[in-house]
Amino acid sequence: MGLARKDLLRMQDLTADEIRLILDTAESMKQVAGRDIKKVPALRGKTLINLFYEASTRTRTSFEIAGKWLSADVINVSTSSSSVAKGESLKDTGLTLQAMHPDIVVLRHPASGAAEFLAKQLAASVINAGDGAHEHPSQALLDLFTIREKKGRLEGLKAAIVGDIAHSRVARSNIHGMRKVGMEVRVAGPRTMLPCFIDRLGVEVFTDLERAIADVDIIMMLRLQLERQQAGLFPSLREYSRLFGLTLPRLKGAKSDVLIMHPGPINRGVEIAPEVADGPYSLILNQVENGVAVRMALLYLLAGAPQAG
Amino acid sequence: MVRGFFYALNLMAAELNEKAQILDQAGIQRAVTRIAHEIVERNKGTNDLVLIGLRSRGVDLARRIAQELKIIDGADIPVGTLDVTLYRDDLGRVGLQPVVRKTDIPFPINERRVVLVDDVLYTGRTIRAALDSLIDLGRPRLIQLAVLVDRGHRELPIRADYVGKNVPTSRQEQVQVLLTEEDGVDGVLIVKG
Repeated sequence: MGLARKDLLRMQDLTADEIRLILDTAESMKQVAGRDIKKVPALRGKTLINLFYEASTRTRTSFEIAGKWLSADVINVSTSSSSVAKGESLKDTGLTLQAMHPDIVVLRHPASGAAEFLAKQLAASVINAGDGAHEHPSQALLDLFTIREKKGRLEGLKAAIVGDIAHSRVARSNIHGMRKVGMEVRVAGPRTMLPCFIDRLGVEVFTDLERAIADVDIIMMLRLQLERQQAGLFPSLREYSRLFGLTLPRLKGAKSDVLIMHPGPINRGVEIAPEVADGPYSLILNQVENGVAVRMALLYLLAGAPQAG
Repeated sequence: MVRGFFYALNLMAAELNEKAQILDQAGIQRAVTRIAHEIVERNKGTNDLVLIGLRSRGVDLARRIAQELKIIDGADIPVGTLDVTLYRDDLGRVGLQPVVRKTDIPFPINERRVVLVDDVLYTGRTIRAALDSLIDLGRPRLIQLAVLVDRGHRELPIRADYVGKNVPTSRQEQVQVLLTEEDGVDGVLIVKG
């Protein structure tokens, strides 16, 4: 049993068994993170390149730490300090990096489909660390890992994903992942932020936050992507926050043991009130912690994958 | 009739395959008891002693040795579980990555006398991985090795301190250790490859 694929591009491709294998492997990896000497030699001699065309703290750091704890050599390339700033195309940057024989390339890019494009150009494994509004599979996997760790299971649980569904790659990856492992998924947000035909992904659609969170086990708040919000999808931040912000009084209508998640970075006081983000059922920092273990599992499993070319 | 002939042929082949049972339940029990006595003798008691089994049958054997030690010396000896997958020297060489399972050693190993326990000692590569792994977890006072079967063909300068049974084998043969905990029955078999 292993992960028989070169790349990890989208949750949509993974089977329930593959998801389970990744989560189980991540459990073992988490144990390495708890040791005094946080290093195992599994990926000695492998090279990992983090190629990031968008800003990122947790994803990039998390992949970097994951690679280093597995003894891989990790190189970070950010666009502002590389030839990308001189206008080099993704293809040419990819081929240039390929000539240095990396084993795994982790790509974040503002265009949907960029990871798939790069994966076709490179012999190295490509991990999609977020492509436009398409997918962010490692985030969904760490979310599933965190839920399973807290609840002991995934099947039959009910989750509400709240916010700007249309622009959210986190939402899309989580919807695919949660559906595959047998969870029920609801999405909620202003109509302007709900894509047409989203119900075809097998989710229930709500435009009222209180009704959406009434009887769910998990509430996943999405970051309001202020940098993508010039289109006038809502009248004002204050109105958005009043209708779709998760506050303590709102939370009273939810289950008493509901888990609160957020992929980060959070806009305190916009989509989530500070006392909720820092409250007892908030898993925001657990998500970050588990991100390293899940990414270690991905790097380990993909490093044994059949290489193209 | 033709079918009957092939059936008989299959049976004969199966008999040829299963070369011999080299240890039965009583044999395994005696080996475990003797190893426990040797551990007490060599270490002059069970002070600071811990047992660490290699997944998965090494762990079952370690628990059995701990039971014997309890009878001999009255002490509860802690038993840990070691998974050496991340330390293997053949990762990424052929095929898909093996499944990584948990290492579970819920006690410090610094300055302890560690007895590593495995079912079969063969090339010695697993033990090399186990030693590297243990040393990343702490600095034991000493590490000793106990195995149920030593089948020879070492590829590294490694030897066992306690051996249940030495069994000369050819590389084409397989040694199968069956334990009740995993397999529902106790026994050690040599199977032609």
